Amino acid sequence: MKKYLNLFFIMLKIGLFTFGGGYAMIALLENEFVSKKKWIEKNEFLDMVAIAESTPGPIAINSATYIGYKMLGFFGALIATVAVCIPSFIIIYAISLFFDAFLSFTLVSYAFRGIQVCVIWLILSAGLKMLKQMKKTPFNIVILSIVITCMVAFSVFSVSFSTIFYILISGAVGLFVYLIGSLRGRKEADK
Amino acid sequence: MIYLELFLTFLQIGAVSFGGGYAMISLIREKVLMHGWLTEEELLNMIAVSESTPGPIAVNMATFVGSMQGGILGSFLATLGVVLPSFIIILIIAALIRNFLKYKGVQAFLGSIRPCVVGLILATAITMLMSTLFSFKNIDSTVIPDIKGLIIFFMIAVAAAVTKKIRKKPLSPILLILISAGLGMVMYSI
Repeated sequence: MKKYLNLFFIMLKIGLFTFGGGYAMIALLENEFVSKKKWIEKNEFLDMVAIAESTPGPIAINSATYIGYKMLGFFGALIATVAVCIPSFIIIYAISLFFDAFLSFTLVSYAFRGIQVCVIWLILSAGLKMLKQMKKTPFNIVILSIVITCMVAFSVFSVSFSTIFYILISGAVGLFVYLIGSLRGRKEADK
Repeated sequence: MIYLELFLTFLQIGAVSFGGGYAMISLIREKVLMHGWLTEEELLNMIAVSESTPGPIAVNMATFVGSMQGGILGSFLATLGVVLPSFIIILIIAALIRNFLKYKGVQAFLGSIRPCVVGLILATAITMLMSTLFSFKNIDSTVIPDIKGLIIFFMIAVAAAVTKKIRKKPLSPILLILISAGLGMVMYSI
């Protein structure tokens, strides 16, 4: 019982103090669970990070569920996930109640016009940073250019084509290329 | 039925957005604009609020949109929707498929999603830039550049580049948001 409570409060704390999304949280998680409490081994933690990054959904939630499960099974996962969500849920719900009233002050609305510009810049620079880190194989560059071209063109010509399809089609193409490659490899091995 | 719609929409967002954080914005944007739950400006405001408050952007977004559309219950259902796929997928992986990432097929699938996600983020930034700073939403709209907005954009980019050169560490998003709030107050008051 004490371990469940412990897990709950640590996740609550992490949910309350992670600004700036998933990657900021991973450092906090490592500090709490690997360095301080030694509940999870370093290698297992690195595996967890790789899985949290590659599965869909917010990285923070993925990590919380995984760590909770590894420590205390299903209920551990449940407690960790709920705890990590509670702070943002309460804070954002409170903000949502008075946000419109807040924006009705002229000066605040001016401030937010400036902020809107900043957010676009933040998204653009996040994208550029990921582009820098991406492996520049011909395959990756082809996928990247097709996605950017189609998405911008479709939005200009008001064609609706869901983001979901881009993701699924890219994944399927990658899988297909891999299957063809391994099939060819096998045939050559037969010769 | 707004409650069901909120739940299912955010369930979709939770289930297919790979890459976390900014990578989820393109899908969130598509869905909230399509349902008319937020305008482009409101969406940008909310991303700023999400960046300046703790917690994952997707959860913050779900809570906010849910609350606006369906009060506390809407808020709860949207948040549940966005979290549920992660929870189930991770449980399955943690319990059953220990070597999930070692399978070559999984690697091939995820490997080609990565450039796609980078493309989605960049394309989203480009379309947001066109629609907010040039009011260019589609081929039929007339282009009206927002000069003050463009000046702010330029100043932020310069500020970020200069501090990165001098301090070797980028400015935190929260600090940039505060700077741009000040710039907005000054520029649009003139």
